[in-house]
Amino acid sequence: MKSCLIVDDSKVIRMVARKILHEMSFSTEEAEDGLVALEACKRAMPDAVLLDWNMPVMNGIDFLRELRRLPGGDHPVVVFCTTENDIEHIQEAITAGANEYIMKPFDSEILQAKFSQVGLL
Amino acid sequence: MRPDEFEYVAKLLKDRSGLIITPDKSYLLESRLTPVARKRGLKGLDDLMSGLRSAGEDLLREITEAMTTNESFFFRDIKPFEQFRTMVLPRMLEVRAARKSFRIWSAACSSGQEAYSLAMILKEEGARLAGWKIEIVGTDLSNEMLEKAKAGLYSQFEVQRGLPIQLLVKYFKKTTDMWQIDPAIRAMVQFREYNLLHDLKPLGQFDVVFCRNVLIYFDQPTKTRVLDNIDRVIADDGFLYLGGAETVLGISDKFKPVPEQRGVYATSRAQGK
Repeated sequence: MKSCLIVDDSKVIRMVARKILHEMSFSTEEAEDGLVALEACKRAMPDAVLLDWNMPVMNGIDFLRELRRLPGGDHPVVVFCTTENDIEHIQEAITAGANEYIMKPFDSEILQAKFSQVGLL
Repeated sequence: MRPDEFEYVAKLLKDRSGLIITPDKSYLLESRLTPVARKRGLKGLDDLMSGLRSAGEDLLREITEAMTTNESFFFRDIKPFEQFRTMVLPRMLEVRAARKSFRIWSAACSSGQEAYSLAMILKEEGARLAGWKIEIVGTDLSNEMLEKAKAGLYSQFEVQRGLPIQLLVKYFKKTTDMWQIDPAIRAMVQFREYNLLHDLKPLGQFDVVFCRNVLIYFDQPTKTRVLDNIDRVIADDGFLYLGGAETVLGISDKFKPVPEQRGVYATSRAQGK
């Protein structure tokens, strides 16, 4: 079973994502900001990270840059999932090492399509 | 709706588009034709149906367009596009090396995502295709869909179904709330209104034909007729793509599956050589 770390400061979004990911046969862990997520990754690298952009303490893009510097930090497939939907943000995410990008609102169809595109399904 | 009205509209749809509507799918008439009725100031489907026998061409056309399924997304099922990039395209570059041109047809192209996906694949090949003339033609019977395809404007939802993010950034610009495909990609595709049940010869000959998830809506004789029509316009050494749930088996002997390439078919003429 593949693992996915859901990083989002919204409890509701985490719950929705968790439900969809369980249906896709992923085990999940959750973090409410980038710093908590980074600690989780240091303990055990997940196969995938579903990552919000705007969060308190440490935002998504800073988390991603830190993650890619960690030993084994190139392993997780990182899919941004954010309301930021302009080219500049998407470009910045790709440069920082994101593998895919979901513009909120999202549903199970989009999540599945994106995870499938990056070889997670 | 009265049974005779159902039969009348079902026959109309089959004759005009090949679409088969069975009584268990009659809810589709309700959901798709009620907006057509309202647009004309009628109360609902029943009013539309009762006036159908004396309806003019415009209304019949509108009904046919509203009933045909227009689901399309970029790089749908991904595998056929990978096959195209790694198997069919190199083969075409080899066998058409002398004339440096070939033609691709996206049949029943709906709002154009398949045709534009192919255009992006070709664009990504870059210098390798320098000097080549590769035509992509998208056809559909729905004028409304073709207008959308030509405009190359897609919603956020549409660009998130199958389109890799790197290609979105590279080939699209964001307008207020839509995504506009690059004019260079748009210029690679011609869109034309065409019915698959009609004589396809005026479209010219094609080397690669994508006719995916189209046959599923037809009955057996119509499937055979469409495959016969395609056979008349595909090159001897051309390739036909069908959808994952479609086959030629028991329907047509004009095409044979390409071994180990699911969904890809070669002409029987090529195999006979």
